[in-house]
Amino acid sequence: MNKIIKILGTGCPKCKQTTNIVTEVVKENNIEATIIKVEDIMEIMEYNIMSTPAVVIDEKIAIKGRIPSKAELIDILKN
Amino acid sequence: MFDWIQKISNYLVYTALGMSQKSHLAEALDFFIYDTIKILILLFIIIFLMGIVNSYFPVDKVRNYLSRNKLYGFEYLVASLFGVVTPFCSCSSIPLFIGFVKGGIPLGVTFSFLITSPLVNEVAIGLFIGLFGIKTTIIYVLSGIILGVISGIILQKLKLEKHLTPWVQRILTNSEMEQNRFISEKQTLKQRLPIIWNEVINILKGILPYVIVGIAIGGLMHGYIPEGFFEQYMSKDNLFAVPISTILAVPMYSNASGILPVVQVLVAKGIPLGTAIAFMMGVIGLSLPEAMLLKKVMNIKLIGIFFGVVTLCIIISGYIFNLIF
Repeated sequence: MNKIIKILGTGCPKCKQTTNIVTEVVKENNIEATIIKVEDIMEIMEYNIMSTPAVVIDEKIAIKGRIPSKAELIDILKN
Repeated sequence: MFDWIQKISNYLVYTALGMSQKSHLAEALDFFIYDTIKILILLFIIIFLMGIVNSYFPVDKVRNYLSRNKLYGFEYLVASLFGVVTPFCSCSSIPLFIGFVKGGIPLGVTFSFLITSPLVNEVAIGLFIGLFGIKTTIIYVLSGIILGVISGIILQKLKLEKHLTPWVQRILTNSEMEQNRFISEKQTLKQRLPIIWNEVINILKGILPYVIVGIAIGGLMHGYIPEGFFEQYMSKDNLFAVPISTILAVPMYSNASGILPVVQVLVAKGIPLGTAIAFMMGVIGLSLPEAMLLKKVMNIKLIGIFFGVVTLCIIISGYIFNLIF
């Protein structure tokens, strides 16, 4: 099943790092997923978050306000 | 408390490297090693402790608390205090701002949070303890909190809602005491620690080069600027010193880690502490990149008023410090 992973962030270094980690995890574990970067603030606010970066998987907020670790992401993505 | 670092540093410089006790370079190196180790340890401890506190008071909880409870004027203080424990990232300031507005939190209270959050952060506190000692740190933290409260109250009184951008005003009229969709994570401290630990390492990694360069520049200046050099230019009697240094500081966008070690040397060489603190607050608390970001939610006029009020409060606190010390 193809997962939609959205990374919410206005382009700060932390958000870029998060994107890199997500991309790596998806690649290394052969997870079927589409990664979308959301940088528009109005769109970000629709998710009702107050700290970026955030990772949204299939429209559910999984991580917010920090850079996730690889192990954590694998854990979330496999469930 | 830090004698053992001095011993390590002495050993490295004079025994391991075999440098002469009399050489200026050896002295500077000794100073540099000692300061760097001490400050890194303090930063580590403070960032870690703040990380634990923040993990239990995430910004969502803060917002919900402020949104649901009537605090009869204390909401400014609460917002300001929460600003202290919340690590600030300028890229989060917009989502934060909107989130607060959405929760029906008054604009002034939101500003209190936005002012204190960058001004009194874990990195600044760690550096302050290392460079200026506990007493000055407490004064800095307390004045940062008071500054956030007073500026917030003033900004609220000015009734500035009309200067928000139209889409934010729309959110404002639709604001409600909402129940957050996000269910707060119920985790034990043991589960939280690895996450906090990662954050600590991330922050430390990010600021490490600035800290080292800052301490190195500070160390060099220590050796070359004569004692009391600044006293003739920036004595307490010079009434213009505080406003000039504050206004100079606002466009300077440096993170605290680079600028604080340098300011410490300036104080050692005769700049009054109040003037120096006003300068540091200007550098740390107000930055132009942040102002540019805020343009998405408010018009230039409001940004100007916001920065103006905070600058004024910083200048006043600079004078007060100079009177006290």
